[in-house]
Amino acid sequence: MTRALAVAAVLLGIAHAAFAVEPSEMLANPALEARAEAIGKQLRCQVCQNESIEESGADLAHDLRVIIRERLKEGDSDAQAIKYVTDRYGDFVLLKPPVEPATYLLWFSPFVILAVGAAGAWLYLRRRPAPPDEPLDLNQRRQLERLLLDDQ
Amino acid sequence: MSWRRAPYLLPLIAFVALAVYLSRGLAPGYNPELLPSALIDKPAPSFDLAGLKGEARLSNQAFADEIVFVNFFASWCVPCRAESPVLMDLARRDVIVLYGIDYKDKPEDAEKFLQQYGDPYRRIGVDENGRTAIDFGAYGVPETYAIDRTGRIRWRHVGPLTADVVTKEILPLLRELGAS
Repeated sequence: MTRALAVAAVLLGIAHAAFAVEPSEMLANPALEARAEAIGKQLRCQVCQNESIEESGADLAHDLRVIIRERLKEGDSDAQAIKYVTDRYGDFVLLKPPVEPATYLLWFSPFVILAVGAAGAWLYLRRRPAPPDEPLDLNQRRQLERLLLDDQ
Repeated sequence: MSWRRAPYLLPLIAFVALAVYLSRGLAPGYNPELLPSALIDKPAPSFDLAGLKGEARLSNQAFADEIVFVNFFASWCVPCRAESPVLMDLARRDVIVLYGIDYKDKPEDAEKFLQQYGDPYRRIGVDENGRTAIDFGAYGVPETYAIDRTGRIRWRHVGPLTADVVTKEILPLLRELGAS
């Protein structure tokens, strides 16, 4: 009995950590509910800005979850439901920012930095003098051995 | 220093540029959670709300041909108490036309709140389910919007209004919008 309770408590804890969605908010139609959850996970909660509205316990996140479910029930497409929220709160609420001129720096700067680094590395390696080809003579080899022994 | 060495300074220059850019985030008073409204320069959302204490309904039709301020508040909102003296002062000096929207509140609590802290509003609409606030893109209460004569949202302030916000933002805005 106690074990069953402990398991239930752990499972409830996990469920709570993953979703703030209350059973009363959920749609009866599982396909619509799945779409609503997928949309909610893409939208940032405006109050706790590192959570999606699907995860957040904030009041506003609750309202937006309900609104998204209402929109889907009324026949909105996913894009229309998302637009309803971004029309009011801006693109900032999209957890994955759209690729547009204002976000080019965000999306492409890693590749630019990588290219600059690669170009620098290539220039550096090209200019470095080639290592000497001749093998060491006897004296040089002895000197090398002495140095290595000294280190130990 | 020879010009051959100049490329080696690039990382340093890049670092300084990045450091200067990022240091803006450490500036006092900078709050990354304050975001520009998505509705700036867009028409104010239309709404039609029941009036508080049986007064006439409040809809955006009431805003015709006037620069108006819309303040979202609630009796349960502590920062709203902090901003009420500022709002009362603006109302007393007749600086702005101020409408109130009572956000997710019980009307009787709102009435008590207004009795205690004063009522700076020309009229108050009751946004019981908070949908009008969401249409404005509000994050919570208090939040204040300025709507120009053509019905467009021109300014938004998140959080309590202070005397500083009045002198640095509201008064210049009124001048810009050509308040009479």
